This record gives sequence, structure tokens and C-alpha cells, in this order.
Amino acid sequence: MQRELINRARELLADGTVDRVLGWQAGQFAYDITPAVFTDAGELEAHFVYNEFCADNLSKYLIKESEKEGKVLAFLKPCDTYSFNQLVTEHRIRREHVYVIGVESYGKADVEKLRARGISGITGVETVSGMLKVHTMYGDESVPLNEVMLDRCLTCKSKKHVVYDELIGEDGDVVADSGRFDMVEKLERMTAKERFSFWQGELSRCIRCNACRNVCPACTCENCVFDNPGSGLQNRAARDNFEEKLFHIIRAYHVAGRCTDCGECSRVCPEHIPLHLLNRKFIKDFNELYGPFQAGEVSGQMSPMCAYTETADPEASVVRKGGAE
Amino acid sequence: MSVMEKTAAARQAEWKPKIIAFCCNWCSYGGADLAGTNRLSYPANVKIIRVPCSCRVNPMFILRAFQKGADGVIVCGCHPGDCHYSTGNYHARRRMTMLFSMLSFLGVESARTRVEWVSAAEGARFKAVMDSFVEDITRLGPNERLEDLRCKEN
Repeated sequence: MQRELINRARELLADGTVDRVLGWQAGQFAYDITPAVFTDAGELEAHFVYNEFCADNLSKYLIKESEKEGKVLAFLKPCDTYSFNQLVTEHRIRREHVYVIGVESYGKADVEKLRARGISGITGVETVSGMLKVHTMYGDESVPLNEVMLDRCLTCKSKKHVVYDELIGEDGDVVADSGRFDMVEKLERMTAKERFSFWQGELSRCIRCNACRNVCPACTCENCVFDNPGSGLQNRAARDNFEEKLFHIIRAYHVAGRCTDCGECSRVCPEHIPLHLLNRKFIKDFNELYGPFQAGEVSGQMSPMCAYTETADPEASVVRKGGAE
Repeated sequence: MSVMEKTAAARQAEWKPKIIAFCCNWCSYGGADLAGTNRLSYPANVKIIRVPCSCRVNPMFILRAFQKGADGVIVCGCHPGDCHYSTGNYHARRRMTMLFSMLSFLGVESARTRVEWVSAAEGARFKAVMDSFVEDITRLGPNERLEDLRCKEN
């Protein structure tokens, strides 16, 4: 897969279709993948990586990249294409400056799950006949990919590329029974007190590093409310037990109706807070109250937060009807 | 009984809910005014904040009110179809529904938040709404799940 991607990128660079390539490269360690921009064949050959650790959503980087002169080639996984469409809808990405190649992805590996199995000294990874082959300094290990996948990939909503100029690999389908709302439903069935203690336990671990905000493809304001020194919320540790809740409610609220459920927030959280549950609660509410909606499915669609109807909308008291206190 | 416990018990007994009401300038604030001129008394623990339109209420305002010690927050606007700006209350309705649903998801009792439509001609309705809201909050007791603990004495 990686070979095909490099070859195609080299071709497109050589014939002048694109000027730059947005992809992934290894960081300090092989599992420590970081997005990167490549400008020539030499760089691509030396550093370009595409494997089961390439979980980063590249769409957010296209905001800055597509503002520049010339055209950029972007490799997008199915989940990234949803974010891409959403950002095009919001006029944040200049579509004509991007050449999108859809790449197939059957789930990305979680290095912590590999570590939990006692695999260390990882130097590389590849899929060989359905098994994840992990190269380590102590020899190769083979594990089934679905046992070490990122949590977000276990509840993947779609393997379909919703936008691309060309495709490498196969296009998949929307997963109808992803079970991604199961945990939200489980929480909804709890009493208010149980939910409160669940979230107290999760959110009080927040160190307010802002990684969830920084990685989120929907959270892209130039001036963020959390950077405002007058807000009392500026980047710092919480001073009281409400502040982290306020931060996370507002963070999720600001992307409500625009969140494509790519799951990056939970992936990057150093404290493993299940932040995607807040986003999924909003998605589930939109689906149930205002009709099915998937952000980024097509470009140009209106956010359900703005698309009110005069007579069909339920009153806010609908909230009180669900769930015990 | 220690001194600490006594003060806590005493405080519990004399506790009165703090209610913040965001009222739109054109309808609900007029409704509150009418209640006043009609000599209808509504509970004194309701603190009214006048806003140009119910859709002016940023979700942050509501969270801030709770953070600063409110026990309940109510948003009042014009009846659907009567908004001074045509569509403000329709926006407010969706926004507040989503926010309140999230608060409930985080374990805040859903009766602590409410949206009501009160027109400028409904002084009596304003009083009735506030009476029932204060009653609900009094039954729920002090808001412990969403407040700034720094403001509390021990």
C-alpha cells in the first residue's frame, strides 16, 4: 500500500498535477506518526509512511495547505473524507487547491493495546493476510488487527470515501450496525446521579492540554474562545470542579452539527477521557429529534443546529421526558 | 452536634433557590413588567436578565450562571411565530434543547433548566411559570452538581 501511494505521488509531482503532497511520516518512533508535507520524490522515498499507525486525520491540515499557492495532494482515509467535505461546506478548504486520493483503511492499530500484550520495541507494522504483523527489535509478532484496533475503529461508521478525485485500494460501504451509540444509550439509561459520577470520574482527569481541540477537524476557529484571556477559561488547569465540565460541554457544543464523529478527540487524549461520547450524544439527539443527519456526507448541507422548522421542532421540554433523575 | 453541623443544618433550613431568568426584551420582559403593574407577585428569588432576543442567550451564559451559584436557569422568549426578529426563538429552541439534553447527559437534573414562551400580554402566565419553576427547584434542593465550590463557606 505504502509503495503504491509513493509511486502515485511521485507521478503526480512529476507531471505537475500537484506541487506538494500531504501525508504521514514517522516521528521519533515508528508508531509515533505525524502528518507531513513533502515536496519532492527524494523526501517521499525517505520519509513517507502509510501503515496501520497512520491514524491522524489529515483534513484539518488542508485548511492551511489549501490556502497556499498551487495544488496539494492529500491522501484521505474514509473518515477523513467526511471531515474534508464538512470543511469544504464551511469554506475552510479551497477545494480547487486539493487533489484528493482516497486510501482504504480497515482500522488503525492502537499502540497501547499492543503494549498491553507485552509487545515493545516496535520498529514497523504491516498487514499480512489479515493479521497485523508487528516488527520489533526482538523479532516479529503477529496479532489479529481487530484485537488491537483503536476504539474508534471498532465502532467505525463508514468505510466509504464520500469525496475523492481518485481512489487507491477499494471503496467500502457505510456501516449500518456500527453500534457507535451503544455506550451513549447505556449512559442514558442510568440515573442522573450515576451519570454525574461517571462524568465526574472521567472529566476530572482532564489536564486541559487542549489536544482535543487542536486535533479536531471541526474545531478550527482562528480565534478560539478558550484562548481568550478574559474568558476565565484560558489554557490552564481547572481551578474548580465545574471548569473542566464547562470546557468539555462548550467544546462539544461548538462542534455540534459539524462533528463527523472521526474520533480524533478521544484518540489524542492523554488521559483517555471518552470525549467522543459527548459528540455522539449530540449526533444521536440530532438524529432522533430532527431527523437523520451525518455531517460531511455531502458538501453544502446545512447544519441541523441552524436548520430549524417552525412547526415540527419539539419544545425543549422534550429533554425532561427521557431518563430518570 | 458540632458547630459546623449546626450551621450546615441551619443553612439547609433557610436555603432559598437562586433562579436566573433570561427574558427577551420584546415579550417576556414585557410579561414580567405586566405582572408587576398588575401587582401579581412572583418569587423574589428569580433574578431577571434582559436580553434582546432569546437567541441571544449563548450556552456559555447558562453554564456561567450555574458556575456562579444558580440553582436553576430559565430562558423565556416570544411564542413561536411572534419573534420580534422573526426567527430568533426558533434558533433558541434548537440550541437550548441540545444544551439541556447535554446537561442532562452529564447528570444535571433536567428540571433545573427550562425554556418557556411568555408574551408581553401574559403577566399572569409569567407569574405562573416562575411559581412552578421555583417550586420545582425548591424540591430539587441546592445545585451541587454544577457550581463553583470556591464560593462556598465550610
